[in-house]
Amino acid sequence: MSTDRNPGIPLDLDWVAASRVNRSAVERRAATLPGRRTVKADWQAAWLIRAIQVIDLTTLSGDDTPGAVRRLCAKARAPLRADLVAALGLTDRRITTGAVCVYHEMVPTAVEALSGSGIPVAAVSTGFPAGLNPLDLRIEEIRRSVAAGAAEIDIVISRRHVLTGNWRALYDETRAMREACGDAHMKAILATGELATLTNVRKASLVCMMAGADFIKTSTGKETVNATLPVSLTMVRAIRDYQARTGHAVGFKPAGGLRTAKQSLDWLILMKEELGDAWLSPALFRIGASSLLADIERQIEHYVTGAYSASFRHPMQ
Amino acid sequence: MSKIARILDTMEYGPAPESAKLANQWLDAHQRSFGLYCNGAWTTPREAQLFETINPATNKPLARITQASEADVDAAVAAAHKAHKAWSALPGHARARHLYALSRLIQKHSRLFAVLETMDNGKTIRETRDIDVPLVARHFYHHAGWAQLMDTELRDYSSLGVVGQILPWNFPLLMLSWKVAPALAMGNTVVLKPSKWTPLSAILFAELCHEAGLPPGVFNLITGNSDAGELIVRHPGVDKIAFTGSTGVGRHLREVTAGSGKRLSLELGGKSPFIVFEDADLDSAIEGVVDAIWFNQGQVCCAGSRLLVQEGIAETFYARLRARMEKLRIGDPLDKAMDIGAIVARAQLEQISALVEDGVREGCTLWQPSWVAPKDGFFYPPTLFTNVAPAARIAQEEIFGPVLVAMTFRTPAEAVALANNTVYGLAASLWSEDINLALEISGRIKAGVVWINSTNLFDAAAGFGGYKESGFGREGGREGLFEYIKSRPVAAAAPRPAPAASAVAAALAAVSRLNGSVDRTPKLYIGGKQARPDSGYSRPVRNAAGAIVAEVGDGNRKDLRNAVEAARAAAGWGDQTAHLRAQVLYYVAENLAARKADFAARLIESTGVSAADALAEVDASVDRLFTFAAWADKFDGAVHRTPYRAVTLAFNEPVGVIGMACPDQQPLLSMVTLLGASMAMGNTAVALASEAHPLIATDFYQVLDTSDVPGGVVNLITGARAELTRVLADHNDVDALWAFGDAELRKMVELRSISNLKRTWCERTDGKEGLDWAAPGDALIQHALRQATQVKNVWAPYGA
Repeated sequence: MSTDRNPGIPLDLDWVAASRVNRSAVERRAATLPGRRTVKADWQAAWLIRAIQVIDLTTLSGDDTPGAVRRLCAKARAPLRADLVAALGLTDRRITTGAVCVYHEMVPTAVEALSGSGIPVAAVSTGFPAGLNPLDLRIEEIRRSVAAGAAEIDIVISRRHVLTGNWRALYDETRAMREACGDAHMKAILATGELATLTNVRKASLVCMMAGADFIKTSTGKETVNATLPVSLTMVRAIRDYQARTGHAVGFKPAGGLRTAKQSLDWLILMKEELGDAWLSPALFRIGASSLLADIERQIEHYVTGAYSASFRHPMQ
Repeated sequence: MSKIARILDTMEYGPAPESAKLANQWLDAHQRSFGLYCNGAWTTPREAQLFETINPATNKPLARITQASEADVDAAVAAAHKAHKAWSALPGHARARHLYALSRLIQKHSRLFAVLETMDNGKTIRETRDIDVPLVARHFYHHAGWAQLMDTELRDYSSLGVVGQILPWNFPLLMLSWKVAPALAMGNTVVLKPSKWTPLSAILFAELCHEAGLPPGVFNLITGNSDAGELIVRHPGVDKIAFTGSTGVGRHLREVTAGSGKRLSLELGGKSPFIVFEDADLDSAIEGVVDAIWFNQGQVCCAGSRLLVQEGIAETFYARLRARMEKLRIGDPLDKAMDIGAIVARAQLEQISALVEDGVREGCTLWQPSWVAPKDGFFYPPTLFTNVAPAARIAQEEIFGPVLVAMTFRTPAEAVALANNTVYGLAASLWSEDINLALEISGRIKAGVVWINSTNLFDAAAGFGGYKESGFGREGGREGLFEYIKSRPVAAAAPRPAPAASAVAAALAAVSRLNGSVDRTPKLYIGGKQARPDSGYSRPVRNAAGAIVAEVGDGNRKDLRNAVEAARAAAGWGDQTAHLRAQVLYYVAENLAARKADFAARLIESTGVSAADALAEVDASVDRLFTFAAWADKFDGAVHRTPYRAVTLAFNEPVGVIGMACPDQQPLLSMVTLLGASMAMGNTAVALASEAHPLIATDFYQVLDTSDVPGGVVNLITGARAELTRVLADHNDVDALWAFGDAELRKMVELRSISNLKRTWCERTDGKEGLDWAAPGDALIQHALRQATQVKNVWAPYGA
C-alpha cells in the first residue's frame, strides 16, 4: 500500500454514477457490527489509548479565546494523567492526541502552544461550517491558514453541488482547494447530515477523493445529524473502493456526536473490519471530538483501579 | 514492553468471553441430569435411561438426558389429552395471559437461555443473545395476541387436540417457540421433543412453564433420540405432527402418518439461492452473504447456500467475498467477538467434510481463508466454491455447513432458471437496486420466503415455510395458525335416504324421454382438446338403476402423463390477472346455467336423485362457481406488520399443477368446487372424473370448451380411480393431490406423495364425518382456497 498522499485522479463520472447504496442493508451492518466485535480488559485499555491518539481535539466556538486554546493544547500534549500512563506501562510512549483543531484565528496560538510536541494544528476553513462564502475568499482562507502554520486544513464542500448533482463543480472546487493546501493535508468535510441520502454520501466521497482529498470527514459538528455509523460505513466503503482502483489510501474522520469511549471503540472496530489495521493510526484515521477524551480518561482509570471514576479527577481541557 | 504497549502495536482483538458461570450453576443445581416434564411434574432421572449431551466447542459433556421410553411417551400423550379439554375451553384471554407470562419469563432469563443454548449447540453467543432469544420472546408475545383474538378472529375454528412436535438441533429454542406458541395459543396441548444433541434450552423452558403456572399436561417434554420421536409420531393419541428437520426424515414422517388422519406440517431442507444482480449494492450484498451462509455455521435450513452472481461482476464479487471471509473470526462460541462457532456434532462435521471433498473431486475450485480453525471441538472454516456446475453434487445437495457454492448467470431469466433448478423451495435472497427487477424475480422464484436486499430476516408476524420438497405448512403470521386449527364441524346434514327403486325408475324414464338418440362418444379432455384414451379401451357407465347407458375412455398412465404436461404448459394461467380468471369462471357458470336441464337430467340418471335435488345441485354448482369467481381477486394475501422498516408481503400464490380425484358424492357440485378453487387461484388441474358418474365430467368439458377456458387449465380423465390416483401420487411434476374416497385411497395418496412431497388434501367421503359439499357457511370454501394456494412472504426493506 502506498503511504504517499492521494494525488487525486481525473473526475470519473461513470464511477460516480454507478454508486449503489442500499440504506437498509448498510444500517443493518452498522447496527450489528458493535455486537459482532468487542474488546475487553487489557485490549480495551489499549484500544482506548489508540482512540486518544487519533482524536483531533477540537474547539470551534464563537467564544474561543487564546487562553482557552492554550488550555486545549496543553491537554492535547498530555491527554492522560501521568500516573495512569505509568500504570499502563506506557511512559516511554508518546501519548498525545492526533491533532488540535481550531478556527483560523486561533491557528497561531495553537501552533505556538504545540511547538515541539509534534502535534499538528488543523484549521477548519473555506467558510466553515456552511461553505457559502465566495470561492476566492475560501481559497484565500486556506492559504492564510497554511501560512499561519496549520498542517492540516479541514475544508467544507459545497452541499449545493451534491444536491444538484453538479459533480464537475464539486470536483473543480475541491481540486482548487487541494492546490491551495500545498503541503498541508486536506480533510474534506462532506456535512453528510445535509446530503439527504447515503448514495449522495458515497458519490460526494468519491468525487472528493478524485479531487485529491487526504481525508474525507463526515461532519462539521454543526449539522443536526453528524457522524453516524451508517454514514461512516458508506464513506469507508468508498475509501476501500478508491484504494482498490487507484492504489491511494485516503483517511477517514468522523466528527460530531462521538462522546463516549464505547463509541470510539465502535469506530475503531469499523475501521479495522472494513479497511484494515492501517486505518487504526492517526495517519489514516481521526476522530473529531471535544468531550470524548473526558470519558476515555474515566474508563481508563476504571481499568487501572477497578473503581469507577469521576470527571473532576482528570484535568480539564 | 508492557502488555498494553504490545497490544497497541498490533491492535488485535483479545478474548471477550461471556461467562458460563450461571449456566453451569443451573446445570449443577440439577446434578447435571434431567428427567422428563410430564403432566406438570418432572420424572426422576433413572441411570439406565440417561445419555450425554456435549458442548461441541469443547467436546466435553454438559449433562445427561433421559431417553424416553414407550411408557413415558404414553404418559405424556395421555397427560396432554387429559389437559386438552380444559385448555381449549379456556377463553382466548386466559390462554393469552399464559403466553404473555411465558414471554416475560423468557425475557427475564434471556441471558441464561442464550448461554445455555451456545454451550449446547455451539452457535455464537452473539446469535443466541441478539437473534434467537429476542425472536423467541417476540414469538410468544405475538401469539399471546392470537390467543386473545382467536374467539373473534377465528370463531369458526377449533383446536386440533394433542400436537406432537419434533425439533431440530440448529435453532433449538427458536424452533420450540415457532411450534409451541401457536399450538398453545390455538388451544392445543403439546408433547415436544427437542433434538438429542440440543435438549437443554427446552428443559429450561419446561421449568419456566412450571413457574408460569401452565396447567399440568398442557406442555409435556420428552427427550431422547429418534426412537422417542418415532413413538410420538406413531402414537394414536396424537392429532398432529409438526416437524422441522431434514427432508429425509420429513419423508419418513409422511410415510408413517399416511392414512392415520394425523395432520402434518413439515419444515425441511433447502438449497436456497442468493442472487446478486450487477446493479446491486455489492458491499451490502457481501455482508448479506455473510448473514446467509455463515450464520449459525451455515446450519440453517434457509441458508443462502447457492450464490448466483451476474457474470459481469462475478470476479470482483468473488474477490471482495474472499477478502471478507479472511476477516471472519472462528472460535469459542461464548466469545462475544466470534462470527463462527462450532458445528453441532462430530457426525455433522464429518458430513460437511465429506461433501466438500466431493466438490473438490468434482473439479470445483475451493477457497478457504488463510487462518486455521481451532482443533479442539468441532469447527469448520468458511468455504467458497467457484467454478461449480449446476450438476455438481455440492450444487444440488444441502450441505448444512459453512459452505457456499457459486455460479454465474447472464440474464434475469437465467437467474430464475438456476434458482429454481432444485428440488427445494424454502427461501431466496436477491440483491438489486432496481425495484422492477426485484419484484419480478421475487414472483418467479419458487420459494416460500424471498428476501429482497436482505437475508435471514424472521418475525412472528410473517409466515415461514417451503415450496416443493422443502415441506409444507407455515410457521408465523396468520397463515401459520391454520396448522393448529380446524374448521368447526358443520352440523351434518341428515343423511339423504337412498331413493326408492320405484322413484329411480320413474326419474330415469322421464329422463330417457328427454334424451336424443344419436350415439355419443365421451372422450378424455387434455390440453383443451378431446382425446381418445391411449389404451384404446372403454369402460361401461351404469345409471342409477345399474343399467349400462354409455361408455367412457379407460384412461391410463400415458393419458395422465399427457394431461400433466398440458397442465404444466398452461402455467401462464397463474400469471393472468385475477380479474380475467374471475371473468372466465363467471362465463363457465353462465354456460353451466344455460344447460341446467341437461345436467340435472344427467344427475338424475347417474345418481338417482330426485329432480328437485338434481336441479338444486346444478344451482348450487353455478352458485359455487360464482363464489370462486368472486374470491379470485379477493383472496389476496397480506402486508405483515413485521418490526422492520420493510414491507413484508404475504402473497397467496398458486400451488401449480393440482391432481384431483373427484368424489362420487354430489358429483357435479364436488367437481365444480375443486375445479373452481383451483382455477380461481391460478392453478392448472388434472381431474379424475368420478369413477361412478364420469358422464358429469365429460359433459362438463363441453361447458369449459365454450367458456374461454384456456387449454390445459382443466384436464379431465375418466378411468379407474385408484389406479389413476396412484399414477398422480407418484408423478413428480404434480404439486398437489386432492383425493376424496375411502381410507385405502387416502392412505395410498399420502404414502406415495412422498415422491416429491406434494401437498395432499384428503377427506373421507363416507360416514358421519364425510364432507357435505353443499354445507352452509364458507368453511369449505376457505379451506379449498387455502389448499389451492401457498403463501410466499416477500420481504422488501426500503429506505432512500
